[in-house]
Amino acid sequence: MSTLVLYLALAMAILMLVGAFVVVVTKDLLVAVIASAVVDLVLAILFYILQAPDVAITQASIGAGLTTAIFVVVVRKTKRFEDD
Amino acid sequence: MSEALRTFFSPQILGPEIFYGSSVGLFLIGLYMILVKKNLVKIVIGLSFIESGVNLFLISLGYVWGKTAPILNKPELMKEPVKYAVDPVPQALVLTAIVIGVAVTAMALSIVIVIHDKYGTLDISKIKELKW
Repeated sequence: MSTLVLYLALAMAILMLVGAFVVVVTKDLLVAVIASAVVDLVLAILFYILQAPDVAITQASIGAGLTTAIFVVVVRKTKRFEDD
Repeated sequence: MSEALRTFFSPQILGPEIFYGSSVGLFLIGLYMILVKKNLVKIVIGLSFIESGVNLFLISLGYVWGKTAPILNKPELMKEPVKYAVDPVPQALVLTAIVIGVAVTAMALSIVIVIHDKYGTLDISKIKELKW
């Protein structure tokens, strides 16, 4: 891991925490689900930087794809907006 | 830049701290969502954030600075894999944990759908009678 890759990892970690913060503050559940998909994709890039390519493939396909599909189905069958 | 600051920003020191810090941050955000949020879908998203944080922590524990992925495609890797490759045991563990995490999330969301059919709401402060 060179210094350039290290700065890329720092930027990806910041992007991941910003996406998680968006999930916390938003009232629209569809926005929350898509932001959590972004968090999972950035996590897959971090796994690839940490020399785990098989885990990165699994995280990007199952963690980001299948989980997001299940959440979208649930938001469609229930309510979209979080009322407080 | 002073000497201590340059030592801190060197890749060998800063490299693991980025991954440890971001995994702990993801864990804490998920814990906050489980403890504070009232919406059931948000609580399940927080549960999956906690799983992701633990997975990133395990993978970054197995990482060794300057070594390659544990795929034995070169002769020197075949001869001495410990010298050149990172630890493959946390990677196999996390690979299993991701799939199990998806199953746990699907189970929790099916319970959320049943609760919404029964009570007509996703707010946990409005779900009063706890039997069905």
